[in-house]
Amino acid sequence: MPEFQLTAHELIEQVNNKNTTVQKIAESLKKRILETDPKVKAYVRLEHAQSASKPAGESSGILKGIPVSIKDNICTDGINTECCSKILSGFKPPYDATVIKKLKDAGATILELKTNMDEFAFGSSTENSCFGPTRNPWNLECVPGGSSGGSAAAVGADEAILAIGSDTGGSIRQPASFCGVVGMKPTYGRVSRYGLIAFASSLDQIGPLTKDTRDAAILMNVISGHDPMDSTSVDAPVPDYTKALTKDVKGLKIGVPKEYFVEGLDPQVKTIIEEAINKLKSLGAECKPVQLPHTKYAVPVYYIIATAEASSNLARFDAVQYGYRTAERVKNLIEMYCKTRGEGFGDEAKRRIILGTFALSHGYYDAYYLRALKVRTMIKQDFDQVFKEFDCILTPTSPTAAFKIGEKTNDPLKMYLSDIYTISVNLAGIPAISLPCGFTKNSLPVGLQLLAKPFGEEMLFRVAHTYEQNTEWHKIKPKL
Amino acid sequence: MSIISKETVQYVAHLSRIELKEKELEVLSVQLEAILDFIDQLKEIDIANIPPTSHILPVNNVLREDSPKPSLPTEKVLANSPEKEGNSFVVPKVIE
Repeated sequence: MPEFQLTAHELIEQVNNKNTTVQKIAESLKKRILETDPKVKAYVRLEHAQSASKPAGESSGILKGIPVSIKDNICTDGINTECCSKILSGFKPPYDATVIKKLKDAGATILELKTNMDEFAFGSSTENSCFGPTRNPWNLECVPGGSSGGSAAAVGADEAILAIGSDTGGSIRQPASFCGVVGMKPTYGRVSRYGLIAFASSLDQIGPLTKDTRDAAILMNVISGHDPMDSTSVDAPVPDYTKALTKDVKGLKIGVPKEYFVEGLDPQVKTIIEEAINKLKSLGAECKPVQLPHTKYAVPVYYIIATAEASSNLARFDAVQYGYRTAERVKNLIEMYCKTRGEGFGDEAKRRIILGTFALSHGYYDAYYLRALKVRTMIKQDFDQVFKEFDCILTPTSPTAAFKIGEKTNDPLKMYLSDIYTISVNLAGIPAISLPCGFTKNSLPVGLQLLAKPFGEEMLFRVAHTYEQNTEWHKIKPKL
Repeated sequence: MSIISKETVQYVAHLSRIELKEKELEVLSVQLEAILDFIDQLKEIDIANIPPTSHILPVNNVLREDSPKPSLPTEKVLANSPEKEGNSFVVPKVIE
């Protein structure tokens, strides 16, 4: 098998056994990207592809010479980081995000090509990118999901060995599900957000997108941990997540929330998830119905809190220190801001900034923002209650498989509802993983989502790995 | 009933420092109306005695030692600026 098709742990083993070299891995991946990315468009600024084969530095770390693909909203020193937005065009960060530093310290090769995303991570389909949409490797007419659609499509298309994304309301898990790969949103505070261009600071987390659960565990080992540069990162010891990859779920109690199996769930997805539940039961897990009564309020709560935080975070794009500035002649500073931001932000960014500003404005704050924060508490309490008795929760990752490009672009509300199963996790700050669990009749992947209590990543790896190793879904590849 | 008028959207857009074209203003007013209408289902929940959650972790006021450290060199700070002169960012005239 050519190097680009292998997982990181297989490549690490092959390098150690002298069956391949770091140079061969880089060349193999570069060739693959140049061949298939004109179809998939997982990466942006493809002209940087030449540097994709930069040899690894001096390191004996676990990821020595393993290429890692990075979402366009994570700062890489001297390498364009534009959040796929016109307003950040040309931005080359003067520093590395903490996750990038950790990856480099572990020996990884950071691709200079970045992966495509919805502008500022605002979206669920990667159609809101100023570079145009990414295509789903399983069906080029379909979206890869979003906002980390480029990272998910790159891994799904074997155009990446490992990828990093960010997840504010499902932006790692939903595209992972659509592209048939593994994606984890860690507990809030598990991974440093320093150098992640902020969308909603109380919800954002960086996480891995990989070909299997072992690679996700390896990446989590590298990127997790406390960082003095992020005061919300938690100073708790990082376990060796690969040790949680046991093939045993006997006696574990898995809750299945009935609120996730209601109208809107595609019957094919429902059947596939039910088969996954039966599989886990046959492996010895105990699956029982549970209640998360405030589930239906998660989307409205999210679109107040996330947009309110975004409206504040995106105030920094003022055409002074970095990014785009209007070419029009302006009379004063305010006019420069208004014109620059009117021209530089895409439709979804404008919609969210204005909605968030509205929710925080005088006269509406109590009715919208404060109310949303209180309902957020209730959503979190629902989970606390279930985790008193259960080891994890199992749900579909998304109500449907990948939808067609253009299908939901004119109806923002319809687009927002495609995150209905992933959003509560961010509001509650808990960890979750999505992994492949089957295919629809149209050969589109379906994802299984597992949720655990805060810092329960080991439980997620244990259950996910057991399921994965007893099924073949993760081995099936798209024809490109 | 209209929750959000065109005038309100225009006003909030200005607060957000975003200039909207007439067409954008029209589309946005309709879309925001629908989104807020959807969000209004939150009004059916009894939130009495429920504390707000603005942050999921019980951490407050994380402080570090106030010790001097090197900062980014001026060239690096200015490198991304759309307009600069000497050691400064250039902006339109602020004082009349």
